[in-house]
Amino acid sequence: MSATAEPVKPITKKDLTADHPTWCPGCGDFAVLAAFFKVLEKLQIPHEKICTIAGIGCSSRFPYFVNGHGVHFIHGRSLPFATGVSLSRPDLHVFAFGGDGDGYSIGGNHLDHAARKNVNLTYIVMDNFVYGLTKKQTSPTSPKGFKSKTDPTGAIDQPINPMKKLVYGGAGFVARTHAVQVKHMMAVFERAILHPGFSVVEVLSECVVFYPGIFDDGNPRKGGEFDVIEEKKWDNTPEDLERHDVTDENAAYQLATLQYPGKFGVFYEADRPTKNQLEQQWIDSTREKQGEVSAADLLASRFATMK
Amino acid sequence: MTPSATSEPSETNQGLSAAAGEVIDLQNAVIRFAGNSQDGIQTIGGFLARLAGRSAREVMTYMTIPSTISGGPSIFQVHLGSGEVLSAGDESDFLFAFYQHSYDSHIGSLKSGGICIYDSDQVEQLRTDSDFLHIGIPITSTTVEAIGGSARDRGKNLFVLGLVTQLFKLQKEKIVSLVERQFGRKSEDILRNAMLAFDAGFAYPIGDLTGLEFTLREGLSTGADKVTTDGNTALTMGLLAGGVRYGAAYPITPWSTIMEQLRVELPKYGGIFVQAEDELAAVSMALGFAYSGHMAVTGSSGPGLSLKMEALSYATMAELPLVVVNVQRGGPSTGLPTSVEQSDLMQAIYGSHGDCPRIVLAPQNVGDCFYIAVEACEIARRYSCPVLILTDQALATRIEAFAQPDLAAFVHEPVLDQETRGEDFLPYPLNGPTRHAPPGTVMGGGKYPVVTGLEHDEWGHPSGSPEMHSRMTARRREKIKEFGRTLPLPEVYGDAEGEVLLVGWGSSRGPIREAVMRMREQGKKAAAIHLRHLSPMPGALDTLFENYEDVVVVEMNDEGLYGYGQLATLLRARYCDPKIRSVCKTDGLNFKIREILERVESLIHPA
Repeated sequence: MSATAEPVKPITKKDLTADHPTWCPGCGDFAVLAAFFKVLEKLQIPHEKICTIAGIGCSSRFPYFVNGHGVHFIHGRSLPFATGVSLSRPDLHVFAFGGDGDGYSIGGNHLDHAARKNVNLTYIVMDNFVYGLTKKQTSPTSPKGFKSKTDPTGAIDQPINPMKKLVYGGAGFVARTHAVQVKHMMAVFERAILHPGFSVVEVLSECVVFYPGIFDDGNPRKGGEFDVIEEKKWDNTPEDLERHDVTDENAAYQLATLQYPGKFGVFYEADRPTKNQLEQQWIDSTREKQGEVSAADLLASRFATMK
Repeated sequence: MTPSATSEPSETNQGLSAAAGEVIDLQNAVIRFAGNSQDGIQTIGGFLARLAGRSAREVMTYMTIPSTISGGPSIFQVHLGSGEVLSAGDESDFLFAFYQHSYDSHIGSLKSGGICIYDSDQVEQLRTDSDFLHIGIPITSTTVEAIGGSARDRGKNLFVLGLVTQLFKLQKEKIVSLVERQFGRKSEDILRNAMLAFDAGFAYPIGDLTGLEFTLREGLSTGADKVTTDGNTALTMGLLAGGVRYGAAYPITPWSTIMEQLRVELPKYGGIFVQAEDELAAVSMALGFAYSGHMAVTGSSGPGLSLKMEALSYATMAELPLVVVNVQRGGPSTGLPTSVEQSDLMQAIYGSHGDCPRIVLAPQNVGDCFYIAVEACEIARRYSCPVLILTDQALATRIEAFAQPDLAAFVHEPVLDQETRGEDFLPYPLNGPTRHAPPGTVMGGGKYPVVTGLEHDEWGHPSGSPEMHSRMTARRREKIKEFGRTLPLPEVYGDAEGEVLLVGWGSSRGPIREAVMRMREQGKKAAAIHLRHLSPMPGALDTLFENYEDVVVVEMNDEGLYGYGQLATLLRARYCDPKIRSVCKTDGLNFKIREILERVESLIHPA
């Protein structure tokens, strides 16, 4: 997506703020929202061109808090809905928001297909390793042994590794960040938004009520380590050989296999044609062949073949 | 067949009684081709149907397709007539049997005195206990010989088409031009072989074998410009005319041919049709298109409609316009994927969670598939809600000729409404129509809307207020009722009052009307109405019911736990009239006229 021409009066974070978030005090999602506002402020996307779409869950409340066009859709289906918006409205900046349950469990298949189709939109997943809105059930990313209301003796199923899933799915832009690292989040969000095609960011966003402290290992202030991916600078230095090539899918997959808390930053970024572009090409070449014709003419010529 | 030698134009076809050498002028002929699905009998059936449209004849077809990938017995039946053709016909006048199994399965469908033309290379055992006229023709070997000994029997269908053209003195040039259009596209070789087979059939001395000659009378030219096609194609054309420019779906029989056509047609109109990863994604994408300000469609068949139900409740709650097509097939579950049934009515009306008053329409013949789609788009736009079209497998696949719709009157060119909304913007006013602001719209008041599945206030803002939920539920109900009040009473076919009124919906209109015709010929006072609007129903149907002693709802679904079919159940609930009863069936086949007559009679006058 590209930034839109700057309007006369700059859009501020205040302009972008809508309802006060209903999240619990201390929820990681507040920081995600703040970082998102900062990036919108920087990119100066007009309100009417912002379209935020979410499914169901705590983080899926996001659209209510952004003063742009929004959709609070059904559980797990934000990506197909957003696909409809993106494909038919190239003038908009389309964002999808959700959590781990919405995106990796009930909506897991849609994520693979939105990625495969390379639909032009940005998807931000606030992963908290637990079902929060329904009050502490096991989520697809809950680690083994996590005690929840549905696994009182500890989760027994192997969790999904979101980064593996995202790289495998074929998304053109795959990144990982942490809700306590606002600057890092902003930088990653901005790159995701500017990436043409399907961009997805996994944000570790703590649920302070049902899974407090789970992401401390990635938080230096809690004694953890925020290990940022060093990307290749292509400067022909010996150090550069050690750095990560974001266009290398195998290298991205290797990063995804690292033990928790793993690395943060851009795992993968590559340009390939978006579905939006490919569909438009088909429309353009079809219409070029047929010339200027009305819908009535098209229907009449189709009926003529049935006589 | 109605031999004109007896000159009385009669609806009931009589057996052959003409003497050899006489030219028999047919007003009506039911021809059944029975073979395997890979023999291309659908192709010749389609040619005959299209020829009928070109010759101002009436036509109705009926086919069965096995749900296997390739192979399996298949039939195509063509009912050609110079008068009104209402059904594909109960029994056939002519049977073309390609194999022994075709002969064995379908000889029973031949009318007394009918003609069976069989492939003498394949059929060895003939029934001797009948008055059928059997004519054996070595179809396989003659075709192989004609094409030049490729040892493959491809082209038997074209050979038979040549035979039929000769037998009924059909316009050879018209048939040949249809063959050329169909096969010329592929390659010169294919067209040449097709014509070799056709010419061999055309030249075969069949008249010498039968001693009979037939002509199929041309219809009276109505001056109407006729098109010949199947219901799914007509429905696709209606969606395009109605302004649909975007859609998404997942393949499922018998819906798929609509999505295949939309995928190819929509780019011409500047639109997009997406093949989604599943039914849930399909309806969600379609709602994304609708939310974006477009007329959008999704569709499926029974099981797929079930999967879409959650999102359809959202469409009701968020008041988004959407056309949803359900091509019904035999259920439940995978059921009978290539057979007809009308068992999704309750699902269409009540399938979703929560209070979701639904608009459900049903086309009554192939031509009506076009008009119902246009109407569905208009209703969805006007009332901003999902509109379901319940068509069925029989309508989807059968071919009929109908007058080309007046495109000037029915084509809607969609416009994306992006006008700046004023400060008084209210998407869901308690006393007024839904007014959305698609994304991209500048909100003059500075506040941007979130479209939600949560209960909400007039502004669309989530509200858990008990009073608001009651008032908004009523709002969503009342707008559908308001639509219901615009519906006219259905046309009464037959006597304005009398013994029995048959009530039907969907693809069974033809046999129901023919049954009424027969009853009236027998001196009964009878009539039929056919409902195109199933939910809401047109008001005051009771003012029609009161004119008849009995009201019998004829439908292709089960009598259920309480003894009534799905529409009958709804009518009884709506009108509390015990006079309303059911004739149901669940064999996956279209109603035969005789079946309706017998079932209605035994219901009204039990032995």
